[in-house]
Amino acid sequence: MSRIASAFNHSKAFIGFVTGGDPTLDKSEEFILEMVRAGADLVEIGIPFSDPIAEGVTIQAANIRALANGATVDGCFELARRVRAKTDVPLVFLTYLNPVFHRGYEKFFADCSESGVDGVIVPDLPYEEQGEAKPIAAKYGVDLISLIAPTSEARIAEIAKNATGFIYVVSSMGVTGVRSEITTDLKSIIAQIRKVTTVPAAIGFGISTSGQAHAMSTYADGVIVGSAIVKLCEKYGGNAGAHIYEYVKEMKGAVG
Amino acid sequence: MTHGRFGDFGGQYIPETLMNEIHRLEAEYERYKNDESFNNELSDLLKNYANRPSLLYRADKMTRDLGGAKVYLKREDLNHTGSHKINNVLGQALLAKRIGKTRVIAETGAGQHGVAAATAAALLGLDCEIFMGKEDTERQALNVYRMELLGAKVNAVTSGTQTLKDAVNEAMREWVSRTHDTHYMLGSVMGPHPFPMIVRDFQAVISKEAREQILEAEGKLPAAVIACVGGGSNAIGMFYNFINDKDVRLIGCEAAGHGVDTDKHAATIAKGQPGVFHGMKSIFCQDENGQIAPVYSISAGLDYPGIGPEHAHLHDTGRAEYVPVTDDEAVAAFEYLARTEGIICAIESAHAVAYARKLVPTLPTDSSVIICLSGRGDKDVAAIAKYKGVNINE
Repeated sequence: MSRIASAFNHSKAFIGFVTGGDPTLDKSEEFILEMVRAGADLVEIGIPFSDPIAEGVTIQAANIRALANGATVDGCFELARRVRAKTDVPLVFLTYLNPVFHRGYEKFFADCSESGVDGVIVPDLPYEEQGEAKPIAAKYGVDLISLIAPTSEARIAEIAKNATGFIYVVSSMGVTGVRSEITTDLKSIIAQIRKVTTVPAAIGFGISTSGQAHAMSTYADGVIVGSAIVKLCEKYGGNAGAHIYEYVKEMKGAVG
Repeated sequence: MTHGRFGDFGGQYIPETLMNEIHRLEAEYERYKNDESFNNELSDLLKNYANRPSLLYRADKMTRDLGGAKVYLKREDLNHTGSHKINNVLGQALLAKRIGKTRVIAETGAGQHGVAAATAAALLGLDCEIFMGKEDTERQALNVYRMELLGAKVNAVTSGTQTLKDAVNEAMREWVSRTHDTHYMLGSVMGPHPFPMIVRDFQAVISKEAREQILEAEGKLPAAVIACVGGGSNAIGMFYNFINDKDVRLIGCEAAGHGVDTDKHAATIAKGQPGVFHGMKSIFCQDENGQIAPVYSISAGLDYPGIGPEHAHLHDTGRAEYVPVTDDEAVAAFEYLARTEGIICAIESAHAVAYARKLVPTLPTDSSVIICLSGRGDKDVAAIAKYKGVNINE
């Protein structure tokens, strides 16, 4: 069983996100280990990009902080390597296609494999365009994670059928960021996914409270939280570790 | 490999949330592009509202001065709203209405596309919101007010470099939040398919007219057609109907800013590498980590780190040539055209004029070249004065 599959094996999964290098690689390593200690089942590491078009202001700002502090793609691989030496938690990169394309698919996915990165989420690589990257990712045992959105409609079955690792269900229209209310009929989307695949489906975008997380975990296999954790990084900087631990512990308890 | 490609370039690299919307747009465009009533309505607007066909003006004084090929200027600057941008927005606004959208959003650099979009929206009764880099709202304050006069809301974008690329980012973020009533009226031959095709088709009227006009005037095709290139919409419009005329050189002039050997330029073909950004695979100025590079040009309309995918392909196949033109050369050409022909052109278009000044003297006198004057230069007068160290604050 892959590390990603095992994350969903025993209970509903809590998936946490940090931007690599926000504020430094050392601190990102610490924050990730704190998340794991608090019960996170899978960790997403954002490779910072100059123009993150799917991100709201919180994660945009984290990208800017990380790049300003000298974060690089090599640095994010080094971060993954260091985390992997200490834990078996599944690690997934989230980045935009250009840093991947620029490194070369072959080298990028080979480096994922070597540094213990289990999957990659690329918001600007939709299903129809995955063909150029997916076989190479597969060759190195890396899952290219597919996204399904509130507007996917008839596309859901086709995307889900071909999904590997887990399916990232986007909760809402728009960009990432904390939302007080999520109105998409997610139950129906999850039900459509269930009809065609056993690949786990986790919901992300806009989730910040334990109430939201609990409600979603009653029908989804996992809950993804990004901006709410990045806000702690923004607020507490290098001292965010303890706050992240407390927050993730509460959220994991809610999805339990 | 998906459709919507120009060789290796193009494609649809956008968030899943937009995929159904972009497929719908593609299907609707395929339906309307051959629809008689749609085309009649567009032709009527182009003729009776936008002032088409635009003149192909024989610039005799410039011809005599340069001493080579005859110089013709394709006068897109005489269009309503003062640039070629009106060709595209009228087409897209009509399309948006036909497919039931009530609101359009658009990015703008210099403000030309924003003004055109606001104009078309006012005319056709659509709500309009423009995204413009904060730095550009300052460089082009007059155009901001112009858009507001036309009833559009202008959002100053404060993220990133606060220029055209960031305006596109923000327009895409807005579109991904709201597709049900909103059409993204992209202003150049860039972004995900079908935009590079749609904008190209609406701008191709430039070369359709110019080809007929030059044959009428000269009895033969020109030696070269020359246009400035940012994203590349006026250039593709100027090139398109000459692509199959293999003896006609197609020349795109990129913004070299302070020079291609400095870090202050926007010369994508000269200095960029293949990449994927803003929904398309194309060529982009980027660093060793694949981060999109901050670019620079005196011209807000050319201040973009990429180029449309069809241009990348025309470059790849060698069909078109792309040459860098510096700020200094463009400003000199801006002044030259004003004094020689009495035409104040956009600083973007001045990049094409600048290269023509080098090329024309090398060509035989029985040949001709066409320069696309993509826009008029009123918007640039204050910035050029500042560049020359002249204080014109009243």
